[in-house]
Amino acid sequence: MSPSLESNLFVFALAAFLGYEVVRRVSPQLHTPLMSLTNAISAISVVGAIVVTGAGHSTTMVVVLGTIAVTASMINVVGGFLMTDRMLKMFKKRKSD
Amino acid sequence: MNLLLSIMGVAAAGRLLPHHAAMPADVILIYLAAAMLFALSLKWLSSPKTARWGVLAGEIGMAAAIIATLFLPEVRNYIWILIAFGIAIMAAIPMALLIPMTAVPQQIALFHAFGALAAALVGTAEYYAHGSSMQTSTLIAIGFESLLGYLTFTGSLVAAGKLQEILPTQPMTYPFQNVLSISILAASVIAGAMVVVVPGNVVVFPIFIALCLLFGIMLILPIGGGDMPTVIALLNSYAGLSASAMGFVLNNKLLIIGGALEGSSGFILSMIMCKAMNRSFINVLFGQVQAAKAAKSDDIYGGNIKSVNAEEVAAILDGARRVAIVPGYGLAVAQAQHAVGQLFELLESRSIDVQFGIHPVAGRMPGHMNVLLAEANIPYDHLMEMDRINPEFENMDVVIVNGANDVVNPDARDNPNSPIAGMPILNVDKAGTVIVIKRSLSPGFAGIPNPLFAAKNCLMFFADGKKAVLDTIAELEKL
Repeated sequence: MSPSLESNLFVFALAAFLGYEVVRRVSPQLHTPLMSLTNAISAISVVGAIVVTGAGHSTTMVVVLGTIAVTASMINVVGGFLMTDRMLKMFKKRKSD
Repeated sequence: MNLLLSIMGVAAAGRLLPHHAAMPADVILIYLAAAMLFALSLKWLSSPKTARWGVLAGEIGMAAAIIATLFLPEVRNYIWILIAFGIAIMAAIPMALLIPMTAVPQQIALFHAFGALAAALVGTAEYYAHGSSMQTSTLIAIGFESLLGYLTFTGSLVAAGKLQEILPTQPMTYPFQNVLSISILAASVIAGAMVVVVPGNVVVFPIFIALCLLFGIMLILPIGGGDMPTVIALLNSYAGLSASAMGFVLNNKLLIIGGALEGSSGFILSMIMCKAMNRSFINVLFGQVQAAKAAKSDDIYGGNIKSVNAEEVAAILDGARRVAIVPGYGLAVAQAQHAVGQLFELLESRSIDVQFGIHPVAGRMPGHMNVLLAEANIPYDHLMEMDRINPEFENMDVVIVNGANDVVNPDARDNPNSPIAGMPILNVDKAGTVIVIKRSLSPGFAGIPNPLFAAKNCLMFFADGKKAVLDTIAELEKL
């Protein structure tokens, strides 16, 4: 097993465990915003798409696939965060009277 | 590092090196900070009080990571990236800000499709760029990335189509469906294995892609509308795992972490949904729905149904001190959440205590009902989850059930022979009076009659979920 694969597997296992423990504590009231927020966060794959698209030596096909990938994941980033915040803004406590 | 250097490196070292090596230290530190912000973001989501800070943390982490990536030395060609950013921002803003809250589930399904497509396409691009010189472990990661990415892409599109009711929401079944689905999955896995064993083969990879796309459709098409909360959660998990696999391919730990967080979140949510319906994953994905035995409903309902009108309901509510409202899927369909919000305000202004009892599968995705009620200005401390409100029902004078059926069916608790036996329910039948707002006595998703409707303390208010509430408000205001 190469050193990079080994460290990647460690990172994956620990991140999955961290995710499990953190998400378990999320109030069921917020399960929809949770799904929309984790989806926006996993759209961090945009950085991979940027690297693939921006590499100077790429063939046309790689650039086309990369550009579609950047567009799709960036929609996910922008839309995901905006929609999550729009939902969370509506959760209010009773106005004190 | 460019391709030429990479090939020279391979030749010099006499072994295969990863193509994306040696990231500058400052970028690594920014990625590390972003990973921590992502974890913090989910932690702050634990309560509505801090949740918006969570979004901000996620946004800062994301922005920092994207900007740092744009400054990587290997990113040289900006024109297509900027064009893609422009298109994405113009497309995403109306999607996120204009969509009605009832349509959030299909919007999230679309976001899953976009995220999964991105992961799958990057995997494909990487394969075509470097596939013939990749290590076996990287090829395996590309296999997972493509399988999960492409199946989540088509699966999410089908789910969005069902939620938007472009596609039929009934389960679409045909003979040998499971045999066919599993054969296609097996064929995809075999094609994926061939991609790993004979890298650089130009014929195998497109076949692999086509099989994964097809399997996504076959997996979701047979699943009915009632199981959508589980399906969306499962696709959420797959979308995350495909992003994580992409991190293995590109040797990028930030991607691995971001994807793993979504992967475990989707996994937890789908487990909660399965538990709330007392079903297993396998049963949701491959279980055929049993034919409805509607014939027996006459024995249960015959002569025992008491019907009420708005005036009578208003009089009952006027005399109550504690009221619970149990909203279901039908409330979202009738768009009755704002009317219910008005009823809440009116009752509270008359010192009647009102709580909402929310079953985990109410709505079309996990937590959907809470979002709809929050939009109708109901304070979140009045939105009670099932386990918290169940012991309270016996102290409630009146329970109003609006658009829910199976989740308040006492057979699930009392009748071990019922098809939904063991499914956790809201014990509304323990309350003083139960008022069920429903168009007719038609069965819910489970296709079975509900003995609650014939119970001594139950009154049926046959009307549209929104009109019934508005009429009741009008009658209450006369009192």
